[in-house]
Amino acid sequence: MSKPILELIDINKKFSVYGSFKILGPKSYVNAASNISLKLYEGETYGLVGESGSGKTTTGRIILGLTKADSGQVVYKGKNLLDLSRSEFRHYRKDIQLVFQDPFSSLNPRKRIGDILEEPLIIHDMGNKKQRQDQVFKMLETVGLQAEHYFRFPHEFSGGQRQRLGLARALIIKPKIVVCDEPVSALDVSIQAQILNLLKDLQKDLKLTLLFITHDISVVRHVSNRIGIMYLGKILEEADTDDLFNNQLHPYTRALFSAVPDFTKSYKKRDTKISGEIPKLSEDFKGCVFYARCPFAKDKCKNEAPLTEEKQEKHSVSCHYVEKFKER
Amino acid sequence: MTETQKVQDIESIRVKYLKEQRSLQLRNLKSNRGLIIGSSIILALIIIAIFAPIITEFDAYQMKASQRLLPPDNVHLFGTDEFGRDLLTRVVYGARVSMSVGFIVCFLSSLFGLIIGVYASFYKVLDNVFMRICDGLIAIPGILLAIALMSALGASIWNVIIALTIVYTPSIARIVRSGALVVKEQAFIEAEYVQGAGDFRIIWLNIVPNILSPLLVQATYVFSSAILSEAALSFLGAGIPEPDPSWGNILQASKLVINKAWWMTVYPGVLLILSVLGLNLMGDGLRDFLDPRTKNYGKRK
Repeated sequence: MSKPILELIDINKKFSVYGSFKILGPKSYVNAASNISLKLYEGETYGLVGESGSGKTTTGRIILGLTKADSGQVVYKGKNLLDLSRSEFRHYRKDIQLVFQDPFSSLNPRKRIGDILEEPLIIHDMGNKKQRQDQVFKMLETVGLQAEHYFRFPHEFSGGQRQRLGLARALIIKPKIVVCDEPVSALDVSIQAQILNLLKDLQKDLKLTLLFITHDISVVRHVSNRIGIMYLGKILEEADTDDLFNNQLHPYTRALFSAVPDFTKSYKKRDTKISGEIPKLSEDFKGCVFYARCPFAKDKCKNEAPLTEEKQEKHSVSCHYVEKFKER
Repeated sequence: MTETQKVQDIESIRVKYLKEQRSLQLRNLKSNRGLIIGSSIILALIIIAIFAPIITEFDAYQMKASQRLLPPDNVHLFGTDEFGRDLLTRVVYGARVSMSVGFIVCFLSSLFGLIIGVYASFYKVLDNVFMRICDGLIAIPGILLAIALMSALGASIWNVIIALTIVYTPSIARIVRSGALVVKEQAFIEAEYVQGAGDFRIIWLNIVPNILSPLLVQATYVFSSAILSEAALSFLGAGIPEPDPSWGNILQASKLVINKAWWMTVYPGVLLILSVLGLNLMGDGLRDFLDPRTKNYGKRK
């Protein structure tokens, strides 16, 4: 496989939780990301899946420089983006863009569509007024909107159209990598399909690399080549999409997948059920993060954190008892 | 399609769209009774103030001892004051002073309030500095603060303007700051960061347009309170010094003769009420009119 275009190495992020008196220092910490390492290869779609609060959005924001990581590296073009100052970072902004989850708050309500789409071109000083305008019209067409939408305001559009506009804004400066933070979870199902197909077509045409953050497993199966499963700020399992859907090695992944309602297949006996709530994020884990809810947990899981190992080809997992679990 | 054709095409779309927007806005305007009534009152008062020399042929300063305290008649429509000056002339020239003091105070405090509020919301260090100063200023009752400033600065029109600007800037700064804090957390501001926009672009091209409508509404209220405060200051003798006419000092003079000459209290009082009423109606109307999200397409709320 080719070289990775973007690499995350050992990213850690803790959020401080303050009590009533801020001066006394933080009361506790929330682990949003602990030792996250992942590689994005050129042209692929990497799906980052997890429950709410598993740190998948934080990971995306760290790549974009919207949240500062405590430690670790984001390597792009041989440079660690986290070391760059804000003005140096600006040059790389062009290559890494974001599509937002909520299409309603992500467009400035006071600006016309044309101005919204033109703004990134102005910021990065691309072309004169007329060239920019032409590009905006071309982009509107690319995402399936009409030229007459140029002068309208965001509130005159539907959710699906707004998400197209969000896509257009991210793509107009021709980025290499696009982080999609749950781009379809605010839309209804028929629109979801439209946006996902549009995204796939655009990826092919513009040779984009996508980091697709979602909690929707059927969506991630549709769009991504590789999937990482996140739980409490850790990537528990990572594999190619087909591989992962046929052969889940981590008990959490299996539980997650069996929780997806499936009307085409009969009820599977091997269903893994987990009970209980996601533990308090502020807890410090000595052992495996999934220990409290894992149906197969042993003493070793409580006291010793499992390492992430490549148990099968291109399939890494972080669990002590992968071999035993497979037999079950 | 050739290039020129395409350009024409874009142009025609733009014109068509703007026309559509304008007719919509007109319809919205027509249904907004408060805005129409309020702004016509204010417009009338401004016209009166501008054309004061045409409206009356009397001199606002010349005293005539023989014509003291004449009741309203054909010559002196509003009667005369205790020095025999035509009251209509005094009131009309007073409108000049009161309206311009109100307008300049409103403009300056909006400007300073906007700058202070928006930067306070954006930079945490500035926030603590600016907002503590504003807290301090707000803690002192406005009229007391103005009187204190006036006694320190001395009585003149510009000193009234400076004192009232200092009094009203903190309230605008607070409104702007709270609005900007909300806007700042919206996803579209995050989108600006992702695109690599600088602070200046984010603040002035993205945050400020989104807080202009609360600012404008607040500014009309400041306009009306500035007129009232100026009148109050002049009434207390700490405002516009005699013999310059202002509604406040005409009222002050009328206090002594209120039993003999009702007209000296009533006319400046009515104009004062009218201007404040007009401005408040206008402020309410503007708030409904300015928000593009509350367009109700011709229906009254």
